[in-house]
Amino acid sequence: MTQLTLAPVRRRISAMAWARENLFSSPFNTVLTLAALYLIWLVVPDLLDWAVFRATFTGLDRKACLGADQGACWPFVTHNLDQFIYGHYPEEERWRVDTTFILGIAGLVPLMIPRAPWKRLNALYMLGFFPLAAFVLLSGGRSGLNPVDTSYWGGFMLTLVVAVTGIVLSLPLGIVLALGRRSRLPLIRLLSVIYIEFWRGVPLVTVLFMASVMLPLFLPQGVTFDKLLRCLIGVTLFSAAYMAEVVRGGLQAIPRGQQEAASALGLGYWQSMWFIVIPQALRHVIPGIVNTFIGLFKDTTLVLVVGLFDLFGMVQFQLSDARWSTPQTPTTGYAFVAFVFWVCCFGMSRYSMSVEKRLKQGGSK
Amino acid sequence: MVMKEQKAPRPVMFGWSNPKFRGVIYQLLVVLCLGAVIWVMAATAVENLHRLGIASGFGFLNQPSGFSIIMSLIPYSEQSTYGDVFIVGLLNTLLVAVIGIVLALIIGFTVGIARLSGNWLVARLAAIYVETLRNIPLLLQLFFWYIGVLRAMPKPAASLEPLPGFFINNRGIVLPSPYEASGFWWFSGAIVLALLIGAGLRIVAHRRQKETGQVFLWIRISVLLLIVLPLIAFVLKGAPLHFELVVLSGLNFKGGVHLIPEFVALTLGLATYTASFIAEIVRSGIESVARGQREAAQALGLTKSQTLRHVIVPQSMRVIIPPLTSQILNLMKNSSLAVAIGYPDLVSVFAGTVLNQTGQAVEVIAITMAVYLVLSLIASSFMGWFNTRYAIVER
Repeated sequence: MTQLTLAPVRRRISAMAWARENLFSSPFNTVLTLAALYLIWLVVPDLLDWAVFRATFTGLDRKACLGADQGACWPFVTHNLDQFIYGHYPEEERWRVDTTFILGIAGLVPLMIPRAPWKRLNALYMLGFFPLAAFVLLSGGRSGLNPVDTSYWGGFMLTLVVAVTGIVLSLPLGIVLALGRRSRLPLIRLLSVIYIEFWRGVPLVTVLFMASVMLPLFLPQGVTFDKLLRCLIGVTLFSAAYMAEVVRGGLQAIPRGQQEAASALGLGYWQSMWFIVIPQALRHVIPGIVNTFIGLFKDTTLVLVVGLFDLFGMVQFQLSDARWSTPQTPTTGYAFVAFVFWVCCFGMSRYSMSVEKRLKQGGSK
Repeated sequence: MVMKEQKAPRPVMFGWSNPKFRGVIYQLLVVLCLGAVIWVMAATAVENLHRLGIASGFGFLNQPSGFSIIMSLIPYSEQSTYGDVFIVGLLNTLLVAVIGIVLALIIGFTVGIARLSGNWLVARLAAIYVETLRNIPLLLQLFFWYIGVLRAMPKPAASLEPLPGFFINNRGIVLPSPYEASGFWWFSGAIVLALLIGAGLRIVAHRRQKETGQVFLWIRISVLLLIVLPLIAFVLKGAPLHFELVVLSGLNFKGGVHLIPEFVALTLGLATYTASFIAEIVRSGIESVARGQREAAQALGLTKSQTLRHVIVPQSMRVIIPPLTSQILNLMKNSSLAVAIGYPDLVSVFAGTVLNQTGQAVEVIAITMAVYLVLSLIASSFMGWFNTRYAIVER
C-alpha cells in the first residue's frame, strides 16, 4: 500500500478577497476597521514624527534640543549611556562589571538551549559559582581588587543585580517552602502557608519600606547592613513566596508513584526529593520561573522609593541635570527606559512560551 | 508443614525508626529554632528602640499630625490626628482601587474580546496593546501618565475643554458636580420600578418556558421599560440632576469636582496596565471552551446570543474568575506605587510621612501590611467560595 501524503489544500486568495473576509465582512466589521484605521492614523504618524523626524540625534548639551518644534532629544541618552549602564561605578573598574556580564551570559545561553549538554553542571554553575564570582568581582575587597562601595552601584547593572539575586536566592527558599506546604507534618505545613500567604498579600513597596526602616531595628547594635543588602533581603523574602507557589505547581504535576517508587527503592525523603521529584518538577516550572523573573525584573524599578538607583532611577536622576534640562528630556528618557525593559521582557516571555510549548509537545515524559 | 508465624517486631514508640516520632521531633526543632530567632530579634528591637528613644505602642494615633494632605475624602486639617491620616490614606487607596478596578475590567474585557475578533486589524491592535503595556514596568507608566501627559497639559487659563463643562489642565481635571433636582426621586423610582418589573418578567418567562416550551422575550421588554419609564418621569417631573457649572475665575476654577493630576495618572496607569493582564485572562478563558461546545449548541438550535449566554460564558467564567481575582488584588497592591508620584494613598502618607515624623517603624509598617493582608484575605475567601460554588460537578 502506498501511503499518500497530500499537503493540505492551500487557498489562494487575492488581497481584495482577503480584505473583504477579514476587514469588511459585515457593516459592523467595516465600522470597526475604519475606527481602527483612524486610531492608527492618530497615533503612528505623531509617534514617528516625534521619535525620528523632529528628533535630535547629535549634540553636546541641551542647546541641541531647544528647537521650536522639537521631538525626542536622543543625545541625552547617548551622552549618559555609561551612567545608565553602570551607575556611578568608578570608570577604571567598569571592566569588572563587563566581565560579570560575560560570565553570566556564558552560563545562561547554554542553560536556555534545550539541546546543550551538562544541564546539571550548568545549573550548578549558575546557582553556585556565578553568584560568588559576581559578588567578588563587583564588590571587590579581600580578593585584591579595589573595593567598590554599593552606594556607587547603579543603572542597568543594579537592575540585573537585584533581579538575578532575587531569583537565584529565592529558588532554593521557594523549593523548601513548596515542600513544606505539601509536608505531612501539620506545623511545618502551617508555617509554610503563613509565610507564603503573608508575603503574597502585601505590596512590594511596603516590603522595601520594611527592609529599609524596620530591619535595622532588629539587628544588634554595631551590625549594619548597607542599603542594597537590606533591599536584596526584602526582595528575596518576597519573591520566595511567589517562587514557592510556582514550584508547588510543578510538584503537583509529578505523579505520586514517582515518590512511592523512590521510597520502595529505599531512598529517604530528602534523597527521593533531590534525585527524583525536584528535577522533574523543575523542568515543568521553567516557564513559571521565567514569568516570576519577568515580574521581578519589572519590579526592580521600585527600589527607587528606598533611594537606590536602578536603570530607571538613574535616568530619573540624570533628568535633574541642568545641562540637559529641556521640555523633551523626560519623555525621551522614559521612552528609552521603556524600550529597554520592553525588549528584555518581551524576549523573555517569548522564550517562556516556547518552553511551554515544548513541554506540552513532550507530553508526560 | 506449619509455617511458624513470625512475630512482627513491636513498633517502637519513641525510637528514631518511628516516622511519627521523628515528625514530632522535627516540628519541635523547627518551632524551637523559630521561637529563638523571634525572641532574639524582639529583644534586640526592644533594646534598640529604648536606646534610640523611640516610643512604642499605638498612642501616636491620637497625636496631631501637623501636615496637610492634598486630597482627602473626609474633613482633614493639620490639627487632625495620625489616626485621621490613616483613614484618609486608606480611603484614598480604596477610591483609586475601586475606580481603577472598574476601568480595568471594562478595558480588559473589551481588549480581550477584541483579540479574538474576526477583524484582523482589530485583533492585531489589541495584541499590540497587550504586549506593549504588560512588558513595561508599571512605575514607568505611572511617570509617563503623570509627567508626560497630565503635567504637560496647558495652564488653567488655557484649559482644554473636550466637552462643555469639562476642563483639563496641568492641575488636573475639573468636572461639573451634580446635585439633586426636583425630578430626582421620580426618576430613581421609575428606574427601580422598571428593574422590579424586569425581575418579575424573568421569573414568569422561565416558568412558562419550563412548562410549555414557549420562549418569552423578557429581556427586550425589560430594556424597553428601563428606557421608557424614566423618560416619562423626566418629561412629567423634570430633570433628576442639575450640574453645577464650572467657572474660570482668575487663575483657578470655581465649583465643580476637582480631580488632582496624581489621582488621574495613578488611576489611568493602574487601569490600563492591569487591563492588559485581564485581556489575556479573558482571551484564554474564552479559548478554553472547546469548539465542540459551540457546535453542539448550534446543533441544538440555540441562537448565537443563547450560545453565548448559556454555553460559552458560564464555562469560560470558571477559568477566568480565579486569575481575575488575583489581578484585582494586584491592582490594589500596586496602588501603593502612588508613593512615587505623590498621590496621598495609605503607603504614601501613613507608611511614608507618618513613619518619618514619629519614627515608629514597627507599628506603622505592621498596620499598613495588616490592611493589605485583610484585603487579600477577603479576596481569597471570595475565590474559595467561588471555586466551590462553580466547580464542575463530576459524576
